[in-house]
Amino acid sequence: MLGWTLREVSAALKQGQITPTELCQKCLALIKKTKFLNAYITVSEEVALRQAEESEERYKKGHSLGELDGIPVAVKDNFSTSGIETTCASNMLKGYIPPYNATVVQKLLDQGALLMGKTNLDEFAMGSGSTDGIFGPVKNPWSYSKQYREKRKQKPHGETEDSNWLITGGSSGGSAAAVSAFTCFAALGSDTGGSTRNPAAHCGVVGLKPSYGLVSRHGLIPLVNSMDVPGILTRCVDDAAVVLGVLAGHDCRDSTTVQDPVKPLTLPNLTDVSKLCIGIPKEYHVPELSSEVQSLWSKAAKLFESEGAKVIEVSLPHTRYSIVCYHVLCTSEVASNMARFDGLEYGHRCDINVSTEAMYAATRREGFNDVVRGRILSGNFFLLKENYENYFVRAQKVRRLIANDFVNVFNSGVDVLLTPTTLSEAVPYVEFIKEDNRTRSAQDDIFTQAVNMAGLPAVSVPMALSNQGLPIGLQFIGRAFCDQQLLTIAKWFEKQVQFPVIQLQETMDDCSSVFENEKLTSVSLKQ
Amino acid sequence: MAAPMLRGCCPGRRWALACIDHSSRHGRGAPTGSRCSGKRGQSSVAPQHLATAGKLRKGEHEWAAVVGLEVHAQISSNSKLFSGSQVHFVAPPNSLVSFFDASLPGTLPVLNRRCVEAAVMTGLALNCRINKKSLFDRKHYFYADLPAGYQITQQRLPIAVNGSLAYSICVGAKRSQVINKTVRIKQIQLEQDSGKSLHDDLRSQTLIDLNRAEGQLRVDANISVHRPGEPLGVRTEVKNLNSARFLARAIDYEIQRQIRELENGGEILNETRSFDFKLGCTVPMRDKEGKQDYRFIPEPNLPPLLLYDSESLPAGADPQQVVNIDQIREQLPELPSVTREKLVQQYGMLPEQSLTLLNEVGLLEFFQNVIKETRAEPKKVTSWVLNTFLGFLKQQNLAVSESPVTPSALAELLDLLDRKAISSAAAKQVFRELWASEGKTPAQIISEKKLELMQDQEALEQLCQATLEEHPQVVMDVKKGNPRAINKLIGLVRKATLSRAEPAVIKEMLEKKLSS
Repeated sequence: MLGWTLREVSAALKQGQITPTELCQKCLALIKKTKFLNAYITVSEEVALRQAEESEERYKKGHSLGELDGIPVAVKDNFSTSGIETTCASNMLKGYIPPYNATVVQKLLDQGALLMGKTNLDEFAMGSGSTDGIFGPVKNPWSYSKQYREKRKQKPHGETEDSNWLITGGSSGGSAAAVSAFTCFAALGSDTGGSTRNPAAHCGVVGLKPSYGLVSRHGLIPLVNSMDVPGILTRCVDDAAVVLGVLAGHDCRDSTTVQDPVKPLTLPNLTDVSKLCIGIPKEYHVPELSSEVQSLWSKAAKLFESEGAKVIEVSLPHTRYSIVCYHVLCTSEVASNMARFDGLEYGHRCDINVSTEAMYAATRREGFNDVVRGRILSGNFFLLKENYENYFVRAQKVRRLIANDFVNVFNSGVDVLLTPTTLSEAVPYVEFIKEDNRTRSAQDDIFTQAVNMAGLPAVSVPMALSNQGLPIGLQFIGRAFCDQQLLTIAKWFEKQVQFPVIQLQETMDDCSSVFENEKLTSVSLKQ
Repeated sequence: MAAPMLRGCCPGRRWALACIDHSSRHGRGAPTGSRCSGKRGQSSVAPQHLATAGKLRKGEHEWAAVVGLEVHAQISSNSKLFSGSQVHFVAPPNSLVSFFDASLPGTLPVLNRRCVEAAVMTGLALNCRINKKSLFDRKHYFYADLPAGYQITQQRLPIAVNGSLAYSICVGAKRSQVINKTVRIKQIQLEQDSGKSLHDDLRSQTLIDLNRAEGQLRVDANISVHRPGEPLGVRTEVKNLNSARFLARAIDYEIQRQIRELENGGEILNETRSFDFKLGCTVPMRDKEGKQDYRFIPEPNLPPLLLYDSESLPAGADPQQVVNIDQIREQLPELPSVTREKLVQQYGMLPEQSLTLLNEVGLLEFFQNVIKETRAEPKKVTSWVLNTFLGFLKQQNLAVSESPVTPSALAELLDLLDRKAISSAAAKQVFRELWASEGKTPAQIISEKKLELMQDQEALEQLCQATLEEHPQVVMDVKKGNPRAINKLIGLVRKATLSRAEPAVIKEMLEKKLSS
């Protein structure tokens, strides 16, 4: 049952096949069993069980709050959760307990969802591997899947079983792993340059980045305010639509959310794609793209074509400047946003008290990792009076060009763009850390980042397993605020490709006991 | 964070109304356009030229001074500029702090509509061009009472620009000469106020109050001197001036200091200074970081602020979501210059009298209430309000609202005077009594103190006669042609009447008797 989709389990709850408390306990048990994945920073067991009880009462009385009532969900640890530690995987916020809920968290709770815990990430969401947080890297559940293990057995290799575990991608790797490993039915991520779609692709789940302004950012601890969007990770497209339907809408606490009323989201079953026009951006054929992803991308395009859709090559000429442009805009906003972490009001404070300035300096040095400090430094450089025009203003202009590319393409009649989400399938951690965070982020965001510059909706849908038995996802990019159309097409695609379910059960038992023996985990497993 | 401020050019938690203006003593100071950015300003109103008044000192005629002011004014609003927290003057420290005010991670600013309206109204009152689109920016610096590490302000495109304020000043020995002046307003901007730092030197601690509703008005003055015809000099900024008197003194001092410095071969540093009101001089502020680079960046969480007029208002727009400039223009109260002109026209007031009447909070209303209730001549009322009443207030350092004498009481007193029920001298005495014994009416005081004029002509004639008889020597003096002698007699009769007779009436009677 844990492998079911959100809507399936919701139906089971409604029919009384299982109670919210039973469901919650099963998920909690699995969270413990998969602790070695390091997907969760905080498991809010008590909160979840209490919420489950309340949900159970509602079901008994026949007053369920809707499809999310009693559904276990997880939230990335950069969303404010009232009374629950919110760390951003940083020393700076270790021990910080917010007094309020992010709007998206509150909306989930208002619908009766059960908050299982806060998921792991790169520090302050700066990264593409979920490897750079103070709580250590997140392990990709597919490392332990039957599909991947069987493929590996065919190859001779000398390493021990676990030394080749794979990264999840990031920065919402904890949320992607949590959904992938069946510990919850939906999770919130955040997406600034691909942070939801990238780990979704690597972990074989659906990752939705809604249109900017559709979902409130209030309570999301910002990376880049003008690009951040709460992301949604689920096991299927329909589930993502259900969650988006709950989260979307104007929030008086976030002035950048649109005022227009949002209708409930239900996705029709598309039977005819012949009226659709699918755009294939030619600039996305980069040399670094793995041949496997390349061939699946072509296969997907052919699939649409064979069903009667018009598939055309389009051009996004300024995409090639996206990475460098993003670097300037991102670090500039980071420099600004991180200024509040001074050790005075909350979070970490050093022991030095000779002067306020010395206290600031030491606090920030101790509180932030190298990646965060590096971005703050670059950002402040770009914002200096003598550099502002040359860097920040130019980057803003380039951003406009990048956004206009999309406008032009959509104005030419294209309904959605079809692109890869990542260059390749997930790589082993030992490989990943051979490059530094900056290089990795620049490489890995290549297909996802321009979307954030333009504020468009995009979704990564798992398509097939690679030769190694690892998931590969493709990305659909839609017109601004046409999230429903985007998801409808993604749903059709999902149905055609029939991506296999991860087979974890057999291997996981081994793994968790291995980890227990190695004392890498302190949880006692309920077997 | 804090309350909204209008600012001339500085940061503030409230809105700041900023106006900057430059003028030179010789009228040729070109606006430099340099906005002073105070480190921690609030709202500012504008720059004015303060061509400093005062006598020319040695060498001064060779120099021109340019002064620009950044005025930070707190907006009178119920909640803060970007948060729902209330604004109160006397609230306990940190009792009115929202999550946003404390800069908790993830919180976002939400613009307060009332503050926008106040800024537009101020802009209209100051003849500004209202920008239908304005932007917000972040200004960065680390300071303990700035929890976000930046302040939200309007650096690039403020809500109102290019205004002017006409005003008059009284000069001359009796301050009877009125000079009209105009000061240019560079811009008005909305700005978040920073917090308040309280330094405890004893324990070397700093305490922070994030309520942030402190002073209502604060001014930073930018000052430079140059020789006419030459480029503007290096400016200094004197910060945190909170009274008009200190502002004037600080500017005067700073001009003299700069001239002295330059004439002695020194140079002026572009620095911030503070005014030591005890010593009457400006001193450099200790600013360890040296010159600040505020690293301005557009505030990404606030969309551009769009304003409409009746013409551009989108059809079907939710009135709660839009601000209509024309509608605010209609709500604009009568401006002081118009009021002053009316007073001069309607009541025959002198221009300087109208100035005084408007410069004292509540005085105009007091005056109008007296006028409403009395039959006395407006000129009489003006004189009583501006001389007697205001004199008493000043002497005791009271505000109009604290006066023990109500408009009704003064109106009654002036009526009695008008009816000639009492003498002018007695009226003054009644006023003193009114001031001292709250609750009594003028009529009660007059009757208690027997101050009413003698209505009995015969009795007065008898007193005159008796006085003449008692002072034959003085009578002789009168008859000899000493013109001042009669005054002595009048005085003696008045004394005998206990000031209850008008001197003019006494004089008439005495003259009649002396000539008969």
